[in-house]
Amino acid sequence: MDTITLAHGSGGKLTHDLIEKLFLKELSNPTLKELADSGVVNIPKGKIAFSIDSFVVKPLFFPGGDIGKLAICGTVNDLAVVGSTPQHIACAIIAEEGLKMDILRKVTRSIKVAAKAAGVKVITGDMKVVAKGECDGLFVITAGVGVAKNPSRISIDRVKPGDKIILSGTVGDHGIAVLEARERLGFQASVKSDCAPLNGLIDSIITKGVKFMRDPTRGGLATTLNEMVKGAGFGIEIDEGKVPVSGSVKAACELLGFDPLYIANEGKIVVVVASKDADRVLKTMRRHRYGKDAAIIGEVVTGHRGKVYSKTSIGGMRMLTMLTGAQLPRIC
Amino acid sequence: MKYIDEFRDNKIARSLIGQIKGAIDPGHDYIFMEVCGTHTMAVFKFGLKDMLPGNVKLLSGPGCPVCVTADSYIDTAIEYASQEGVAIATFGDMLRVPGAKSSLEKERAKGADIRVVYSCLDAVKMAEEEPDKKVIFLGVGFETTAPTIAASIIEAKSKGLKNFYVFSAHKTMPFALRALLGDESLKLDGLMLPGHVSTIIGSRPYGFIASEFGIPCSITGFEPIDILDGILKLVRQCQKRKADVEIQYDRVVHEEGNKKAQRVIEDVFEPCDVEWRGLGVIPNSGLKIRESFSDFDSEKVFSVVPRKVRSGNKGCICAGVLRGAKTPLDCKLFKRECTPENPKGACMVSSEGTCAAYYKYGKG
Repeated sequence: MDTITLAHGSGGKLTHDLIEKLFLKELSNPTLKELADSGVVNIPKGKIAFSIDSFVVKPLFFPGGDIGKLAICGTVNDLAVVGSTPQHIACAIIAEEGLKMDILRKVTRSIKVAAKAAGVKVITGDMKVVAKGECDGLFVITAGVGVAKNPSRISIDRVKPGDKIILSGTVGDHGIAVLEARERLGFQASVKSDCAPLNGLIDSIITKGVKFMRDPTRGGLATTLNEMVKGAGFGIEIDEGKVPVSGSVKAACELLGFDPLYIANEGKIVVVVASKDADRVLKTMRRHRYGKDAAIIGEVVTGHRGKVYSKTSIGGMRMLTMLTGAQLPRIC
Repeated sequence: MKYIDEFRDNKIARSLIGQIKGAIDPGHDYIFMEVCGTHTMAVFKFGLKDMLPGNVKLLSGPGCPVCVTADSYIDTAIEYASQEGVAIATFGDMLRVPGAKSSLEKERAKGADIRVVYSCLDAVKMAEEEPDKKVIFLGVGFETTAPTIAASIIEAKSKGLKNFYVFSAHKTMPFALRALLGDESLKLDGLMLPGHVSTIIGSRPYGFIASEFGIPCSITGFEPIDILDGILKLVRQCQKRKADVEIQYDRVVHEEGNKKAQRVIEDVFEPCDVEWRGLGVIPNSGLKIRESFSDFDSEKVFSVVPRKVRSGNKGCICAGVLRGAKTPLDCKLFKRECTPENPKGACMVSSEGTCAAYYKYGKG
């Protein structure tokens, strides 16, 4: 059968065929194979990190990734930025009746590849089918468990004025790549999504003095920085000229009237470190494939508490507020 | 990036500010109006206000097309959307503009077929691909957008489309400026004229501002260096006590404008009286679709009368803001009841609106 029908989600024979011939085949591991109602695993003593995220990106495939890769990387990154080692993933798929089987196959393979790259296992899952028109092709939900390495060390409470803010690379790539794929804007230089698992990069720096981390996804860098200062006794000042933005993203933003600081990323982290550790962390990040364009973009300041200010290219200052409204809908 | 980085250069900016400081009389307040919403946004985005000497004051004008669109236009568009088989195609900015009682966004949530397009030609394509739909494009904008919308109407005609319409609320700048300058309470030392509009119409249509009103003018680009250079040109004119229409944005604007674009506008549109939010009805400041293209004119094809309702946006001072008589800080609703998430007035909705700029860049 080359399309998904309601019967594939009924729990009957077609569901079982799909599980065995597609999901088990691609994602196979001992826990998943048991096909129990829950995946049962051992975890080391201590705290765990637990996270969930839903993915509704349109289109399902875009330069640099697809909904499957995004679903794995998104949850892996949410687990990694709080200082845990991502290990187990639960994955639910909601498919629309009439979806091409080939698309589901491609997405499942992409989940497999991304999970392998991130070093996580999909240990349980679910699949439902809704009638045509009741969802847009395919939605994916992933939840994940990470084993906390040293959770108390990663906390906004440790951030102090004078600390440096490091960004792991260029901003805006994901949002622009998805927008371009969706609207077929026909830019000459195609922009690729930065969608990537960041646990490896985070592993390489976590013991080197990292005080706090966030991944600037929806709402972009500006919104993430605002979340960091909200209710805090400090402010943040960044130097816009130091924020890496690729030429293609810059050009696309100029053309469309967007600000790259507000465009979504799926493979970047913002790290806060003490000033004395900044160079060491920066050097380590730059050695990693997902951190080669890392840069110190600003610092934590005593002034303008709870606010983020940005030095503009011509030497003026502007306040960066949170993203208001939806700049680009359905990007993740 | 070429043509961007050199216009955002710190050293050049400092040199221009130095020259502005050298040319001004410290005892005099210079009030310059930036007519265009894109100028307003750039002024805030690059932090220009705080870099300029304290006695050089920038005032925002009526040059944001969404902001000057009257309530009644939105109400009519909503009425269109409620008709059987109609799909509204619009630029995204229009979605949240409050009409008297509702907005297109709210109507879309209730089920009306309202879609965002990035170009009017996308709306033509929509009409082609969905022959059962009557596609009405909301044609809002100044001389800058009018040529592409005129070109889409010509395209739709050449394709023989019978289901594509434009609801035109196009406005033209020179007559509106005349009306604005007629307000004697507005004391201006100079006008920063819109770069994009002038790319189309050239510099001649503004001649009256210098000759009749004696106000210095500079047609200015949108990068920070352009804006500082534009301000310097105005300051120099003030210093010499003369008033001219100078072209700062000379890499794209020429005295005679873009003749081809002017012809396309002329072919499809003709001048009409039109209502501006804040300025009222200004004779000859609008563009309506000519009789020869009336099959594409939604106002000729659909008989829709917006229901008369009392506006729910009491206390909104957009009208004053658009005339340069008030700033968002004078408004009781600003940042309290009126925010980008829940706008009460059009100036908070548009990305080029003065209130949105004040809000976004944390003024007030």
